[in-house]
Amino acid sequence: MTDRKIFSATGTASLTRRTALKGLAAAGGLMSAPGFVRYAQARSSAPIRIGFQCHRTGIGASYGRWYERTTAAAVKLINEAGGINGRPVEIVIEDDGTDAGRGAEVVAKLANQHKVDIVYGTLFSHVVIGSAPAAEELKIPYYVVSEGYHVASGQLNRWCLQPGITDVRAQVTSVAPWIAANAGKKVAMIYPDYAFGYDHRDYLPPALEQAGAEVVARIAIPPTETSFTKYFPQIPSSTEVLYHVMVGPAVLTFVKELGEFYGANGPQLFGFIDSLEAVDLNSPGLDYLDGSHFWEGSPRYAQPADTDAQKAYRAAVGIDDNGASVNDPRDVSTAGHMFGCWETLYVIKQAMEACNYRGPEDRARLVEATEAITTLPEGPEHPQGDKVFDGRIHQVFGHQYISKMEGGRLNVVHKTAIEDSRYEPEADYTTQPL
Amino acid sequence: MAFGPHLLLAVLEGLVTSAVLALTALGLSLVFGVMRVVNVAHGEFFMLGAVLAWAVATAVGASPASGFAAALVIAPLIVGAVALLAERLVLRRLNHDPEATIVATIGLLYILQQLALTFYGADARPVPPPFNLRISLPWFGYSAYKLSIIATSAALLLLSWLVLTRTRAGLIMRATQYDSETAQAFGIPVGRVYAAVFAIGAMLAAIAAVLIVPISQAHYLMGQDPLLLSFAVVIIGGLGSLRGTVVAALLIGLCDGVISMFFSPTLARLIATLAVAMVLVFRPQGLFGKAAR
Repeated sequence: MTDRKIFSATGTASLTRRTALKGLAAAGGLMSAPGFVRYAQARSSAPIRIGFQCHRTGIGASYGRWYERTTAAAVKLINEAGGINGRPVEIVIEDDGTDAGRGAEVVAKLANQHKVDIVYGTLFSHVVIGSAPAAEELKIPYYVVSEGYHVASGQLNRWCLQPGITDVRAQVTSVAPWIAANAGKKVAMIYPDYAFGYDHRDYLPPALEQAGAEVVARIAIPPTETSFTKYFPQIPSSTEVLYHVMVGPAVLTFVKELGEFYGANGPQLFGFIDSLEAVDLNSPGLDYLDGSHFWEGSPRYAQPADTDAQKAYRAAVGIDDNGASVNDPRDVSTAGHMFGCWETLYVIKQAMEACNYRGPEDRARLVEATEAITTLPEGPEHPQGDKVFDGRIHQVFGHQYISKMEGGRLNVVHKTAIEDSRYEPEADYTTQPL
Repeated sequence: MAFGPHLLLAVLEGLVTSAVLALTALGLSLVFGVMRVVNVAHGEFFMLGAVLAWAVATAVGASPASGFAAALVIAPLIVGAVALLAERLVLRRLNHDPEATIVATIGLLYILQQLALTFYGADARPVPPPFNLRISLPWFGYSAYKLSIIATSAALLLLSWLVLTRTRAGLIMRATQYDSETAQAFGIPVGRVYAAVFAIGAMLAAIAAVLIVPISQAHYLMGQDPLLLSFAVVIIGGLGSLRGTVVAALLIGLCDGVISMFFSPTLARLIATLAVAMVLVFRPQGLFGKAAR
């Protein structure tokens, strides 16, 4: 599960002199092995170590796999182009099991044991919220790719930043007018019963009301649920649009049971691609979604209007026109989110170069340099689109995509403007001491 | 939705849960009853059944019906073989000591789970149901496949009961359960009975998993819930009692269906756990179990 080795496998076996000597010799050999202290004198050429808090296992594992691939692709390009400040970038991965408690331990381990410069890459909101205090305590910059509103809300601390992916509040604010105008005015919401779901519950209704629609039901579902039919009677018969955002392994069941429950007479569906990230849209039972609409952070399927930067990004990460791995068409990517890893790494690069980052003593200056960023132009470093960064709330704002599922693929039908997703900031991290 | 149809849906959902739970818990109950082994890895045999069902159905690749049929036969057999191997390599070497086997099966749990993660991956993968029929009721639609799960499970439970009470193999198992030392004195190969029972217990879990996988996908972490609920069923029903297992599974499944639909799923779990605690306090041998000798 982690790279940690466990030496005391047998609790009762006594440690013989020979074993102890062997262990000492091995440890000594490791220390003197070439490479171990190679950079002790030459700090300027030592790699910049980025700790990657990765969901390798647990319910976020599909995301973790693709976050890892995207990170590897971006780091390869960065290193080929000369690294950051002339130093190569090295990624140190620790698995957090998509678990909040483990997440905090991973941050501490990356900082204290692996001596990384920064921590990066967390997605699931409960892990971010659980890990943020550890980042503050250790005074280590914590760049998350999480899309929850927890960063922008001011709930976390000055060491937590989200410069590569937009937050849920911005996402729902920008898609609500489209839902009200095109899908229907009476909306029932189905969302997971924890922080990420609450962002939807709290910020969609006001945005819909402003657009002249209303929320008629809010149905929270525990993230470990495996069967959904029992929740469907709570959907009022007046519902015109069913807004669904689900996570975890059971999303296919959700759609399938929805199809069985409603048949051909169901409400319109508007979903967040989170429901189907890493899931093949041609899976059995998903045909029920044909004709329904999805929010996408970045389009999974190649679109006719794709920029060269977008095409280069897809090729570098290794996804085909259907958003699946070029090596295995059944290995579907989490395209709606993983671009955030790529863009976050380039923001880190930009900020490190701006403050001439040398080592952990410059961590506070790195945070300030990131806060100073305002606009991020579309291009190879930001293939999803141009963005605006708000240093006060440590949050980036960008375009959102609304896609229609047709014939087993998603076609983009609407791209929101950056202004559509802006809201009044509720916090100002820059007033906190570093 | 009106109260009547709402209740009907709740009962149907509860019955599906009960059907799968009864099969899974029967396996656990059998293993404990005969071997006195608390098999913590039981949920992972369930998971393994589902994962193998996906593998078999994908390998067969023909129509969903034939893929599913192949999975229903092959997956439990492989799981049975894995269980047999585990019994021979691990449990037997611990002399089926109750405490040691708990720890050993916890280890087995993690080994199976991590093997599934390594070789199958972290994604949830679907197996197409053998038939896609939607029964259209005036108030809501319901999957005919789900109804067939209830029927299949009932048939398998009946079969288990017949085997246990009407055949020589069943007699040997019951004799071993009743008093293994005396059974051995009468020439019953207790070691082989243990191995067979452990394999059969795992196979029952695997069959339950193959039945459920077309409606809830195979995932490497899916073994946790069935394990907890099976323990609840076995404690309430009484260890080693088939009748108790079925009654308790019906009770917990229906309770889960109705309470989670009218109130909340969390409350349903709370009540199930409370029931387990109450049974442990007031009737430790379970509703239908016999007091330990």
